[in-house]
Amino acid sequence: MTKRLFVKGNEAVAMGALEAGCRYYFGYPITPQSDIPEYIAREMPALGGEFIQAESEIASINMLLGASACGARAMTSSSSPGISLKQEGISYMAGSECPGLIVNICRSGPGLGGIDASQADYFQATKGGGHGGYHLIVLAPSSVQEMYDLTMLAFDLSDRYRVPAMILADAVIGQMKEALEPHPYVAPDDLQPKDWALIGPGERGVNKVVKSLYLGDGELEQHNLKLHRKYAEMQEKEVRYEGYELDDAELVVTAYGSTARIAHTAVRMARQQGYKVGLLRPITLFPFPKEAYKHHTAAGQKVLCVELNTGQMVDDVRLAVPCVEVEFYGRAPGAGSLPTPEELFAQIRLHCEVRS
Amino acid sequence: MNHDVFMAGFGGKGVLLIGNLLAYATILEGNNASYFPAYGVEKRGGAANCTVVMSDTTVGSPVVGEPEAAILMNPAAMTQFYPRVRRGGLALINSSLIEDDGSSRTDLTAIAIPANDMALEIGDSRLVNMVMLGAYIEYSKFVRPETVKEALKEVLPERNHRFLPFNYTALEAGAAYLRKALA
Repeated sequence: MTKRLFVKGNEAVAMGALEAGCRYYFGYPITPQSDIPEYIAREMPALGGEFIQAESEIASINMLLGASACGARAMTSSSSPGISLKQEGISYMAGSECPGLIVNICRSGPGLGGIDASQADYFQATKGGGHGGYHLIVLAPSSVQEMYDLTMLAFDLSDRYRVPAMILADAVIGQMKEALEPHPYVAPDDLQPKDWALIGPGERGVNKVVKSLYLGDGELEQHNLKLHRKYAEMQEKEVRYEGYELDDAELVVTAYGSTARIAHTAVRMARQQGYKVGLLRPITLFPFPKEAYKHHTAAGQKVLCVELNTGQMVDDVRLAVPCVEVEFYGRAPGAGSLPTPEELFAQIRLHCEVRS
Repeated sequence: MNHDVFMAGFGGKGVLLIGNLLAYATILEGNNASYFPAYGVEKRGGAANCTVVMSDTTVGSPVVGEPEAAILMNPAAMTQFYPRVRRGGLALINSSLIEDDGSSRTDLTAIAIPANDMALEIGDSRLVNMVMLGAYIEYSKFVRPETVKEALKEVLPERNHRFLPFNYTALEAGAAYLRKALA
């Protein structure tokens, strides 16, 4: 067995990125994610990479765009207000089909808000965030191990589809420490060489262009349709979720990230008292696991969606299963509003009867 | 089997350190643990607390509403968190700083430990956290004291290893105090 480390979620992101071959990091400090640049600043030079603390979030996302356009595996990380600042650059990356990783260790808002955990950036992350009707690949780790694993996956998915990827976590998953079993990165066989990257004309003497400006008649429409075909393909091939105690569940609790961890214990408490309840945890928030909801509610189950916000993912759940009763329980993010397992168990009892 | 403990005190007084240590020792023994800290924006002096969940299977929630055990280091922690300790659970109360002996509740085990006085007696007031951790480990018996000592040795920079014996003594003093209190 490999040695198990005891590290923070943020450190696991940094370790996963370096292991996956990321050699360019651009960022600007903000709580609660600064452990990421701290770790990378310390470790990157020895690997021959570049760590740049930019003058701002806006500068750092544009540096990421530039590095990515040149074919580098590169990333940035920030937290909610910083991610808002990056939206223009993210939109340009999406339009230019530049892969890359953006990590959002969310804090509560709106505005400067607070430093406590939040899931209120779900809409921003999954519906585009910037202008122009694009999507990111959005992965939602719920453990320190997944912070490592999904960071690697995010780079691979991003390169495969030439769609920027986001790790969406929060102060709980970023700041908590757990066991991590690091493992070597193995590149998927199907990753194509980046022959579109701007590395000079080379032997072929062809000048390449990476851009998001399409002015010709019909050109931009075709470009947008191409992007949307990729989103549809990801919907078909890249959905990931985890089920827990779903087989005979009459109530399907659903949550992602930190709240999924809390809900997991609540489901366990409920099971011990004979409630037929399970947990469906989306790992990919985009593409969203629509079919999983259909499958696990086919026999008339109810759904209880739990979020650390006032109701965002619940919209996607309701769209996935329009004929199913979908209840919502959320806490508005901020200091002291993290729900407890006992609190979620009480919610389960409201929507489920003991039948054992 | 799952165990959880909530620890609360002033920032800078070592509750986060002992939480870290307990979780790390649990992992060294091949079990699972989560360490979840919560503190204010201040570096020192503000309220600090953390939750450690230990399990021989899956940890589940790193957050606990009604902890099975609580280490309460100061009056503010006592006022805020004592009522939340689970029925049938354990509260370790630092009676050097907390006047309330916990007798308002009879549905749990409350043990008053004069941790600051004991730490001073061993030689340094900063050992107060180790006294409390020693008592907790003795009570919960999920992690072996030797593993905690080993973990401390690993997390402490080499230059500070000369302080290890004091820390070991403090851990043992906490454990001995608990045994006596329960006898």
